[in-house]
Amino acid sequence: MLGAMSYAFEAEGLVKRFGTTTALAGIDLAARRGTVLGVLGPNGAGKTTAVRILATLLRPDSGRATVGGHDVVRDAGQVRRLIGLTGQYASVDEDLTGTQNLVLIGRLLDLSRRDARARAAELLAWFDLTEAAGRPAKTYSGGMRRRLDLAASLVGRPDVIYLDEPTTGLDPAKREEMWGVVRSLVDDGSTVLLTTQYLDEADALADEISVIDHGRVIAHGTPGELKRIAGSQTIVVRPTDPERIGEVADILRAGAGAEPELPRPGLLTVPVENDAVFTAVVRRLDDAGIGVVELALRLPSLDEVFFTLTGHGAEEPTEVAA
Amino acid sequence: MTTTTRAAATPPRTGAPRAGARPFGLARHSLALAGRSLIKTLRTPEQLLDVTLQPVVFVVIFVYLLGGAISGSQHAYLEFLLPAIMVQTVLFASIATGVSLNTDVEKGVFDRFRSLPIARSAPLVGSVVGDLVRFVVCIAVLFAFGYAIGFRIGTDPLSTLAACLLTIAFAFAVSWIGVLLGVLMRSPGAVQGTAFLLLFPLTFGTNMMVPTDTLPGWLQWWVGVNPVADVMEAARGLIIGGPVAGPVTRSLLWTVAIIAVFAPLAVRAYRRRA
Repeated sequence: MLGAMSYAFEAEGLVKRFGTTTALAGIDLAARRGTVLGVLGPNGAGKTTAVRILATLLRPDSGRATVGGHDVVRDAGQVRRLIGLTGQYASVDEDLTGTQNLVLIGRLLDLSRRDARARAAELLAWFDLTEAAGRPAKTYSGGMRRRLDLAASLVGRPDVIYLDEPTTGLDPAKREEMWGVVRSLVDDGSTVLLTTQYLDEADALADEISVIDHGRVIAHGTPGELKRIAGSQTIVVRPTDPERIGEVADILRAGAGAEPELPRPGLLTVPVENDAVFTAVVRRLDDAGIGVVELALRLPSLDEVFFTLTGHGAEEPTEVAA
Repeated sequence: MTTTTRAAATPPRTGAPRAGARPFGLARHSLALAGRSLIKTLRTPEQLLDVTLQPVVFVVIFVYLLGGAISGSQHAYLEFLLPAIMVQTVLFASIATGVSLNTDVEKGVFDRFRSLPIARSAPLVGSVVGDLVRFVVCIAVLFAFGYAIGFRIGTDPLSTLAACLLTIAFAFAVSWIGVLLGVLMRSPGAVQGTAFLLLFPLTFGTNMMVPTDTLPGWLQWWVGVNPVADVMEAARGLIIGGPVAGPVTRSLLWTVAIIAVFAPLAVRAYRRRA
């Protein structure tokens, strides 16, 4: 049994309305210290509203939230000492250089001029931005800009870091890089709240995932638990030589114990219960000398998870917007 | 660089400098943020175009286009006009504070500030203080141009300096109205439009261009209650000579009153803005 203080942040029954739309309809979120909570949901599900309340930028209409035991409304000042915010909204100043942005935040956090400079240099080096440190942020590429945004939220060495869709719009290589950064923050003892629209991102980073839709938590669990709810993983194979598709089908049938499907010509898919089957299939394809142009173990998509949980897809228009 | 080396290079979290409460937070944080405004102004010199060109354009239009007709002597008119033009152009320059503030709020720069443990008013105070440099540039350009075309002060440098400081103080107060608009309105363009709409009757509805006794009765009444007319009268008295005690006192009272009303309103609106 965990005591209340082992949670880095905790939200209970948060409700937030904007005019006649209900962005949050009573959600609970919590993360234990040193873990990553993934908040997964489509656009307009209420992810950003929840982050903004936990970051003291918005007051909930009802419900309560605490960070490090401090109430986000009554002890907002204390909460702001503990948090770092990176997101679609909290942004760096494009006219200032990387160094100027970080030094400014250091000064606002009451570091001495020297300490602020040292901390800025340290973070810029850590995020591979030393060479760009003297250039205005508006000259940065998308990936550099995200890294500077993240560096800005780390100046005060926050205990709790909110990352609001940190990889939306980044190419796959930059995404992987951002994932590496998130992992090292957690290794370093920080607690992270990560909102995302991507199941694979939540799966790669989160210790626990809360799936939200229409301002409510509709499922909560470890990535493994959610995947079990949402259905199995799928092996996808496209052999180089379409003539050998029959042999591939035999291998898949033997390995997975299920009948492969042919969703498109030349492409076979089969649901599997555990990862080990994939390794076995790869080995047999190799033994048989079958070359492949596509070979993957796919998680169910967010859409499939949503369909299982809600009966509607993630991309369907929702009647509630945030 | 790989993430492994990154993680190894992570600065230790403990034992390093960490945010802590120190006294005079509001003043220190506001100054740090004023420094930010200043850097932005210096980095984008086109932001100074309005304050450098506007005084020149206004002087040229009024003195050479209208001066002969209004006063018969362009030089005499320049003496009469320049102190008032100073007040007008500095007030126009104060609009930019509200406009750039609105841009910052929309872009999310202020959300980062709002998530930091600093006073909610610090970003607003910082913006207003940082833009004071624009007023100084505006006044410097105006006097330089005025001197080039024959303007001379009729009093002494100290009185003239007092006139400049009074004008800057009044514009600082008016900036808070711009800040309130900047926080409340949806787009920088709307802020600019509304601010100009407010400033036109305030700056032109004065004795800036012509003596008050040439105006129709209703307009004389307006000039009588218009605080900008007081500031122009005070600046004129301090720079070229004339009564100063009354206009200066009224200008200072207006300055304090406008700050006392609009600064808290702006901070409150900013605090409430979602």
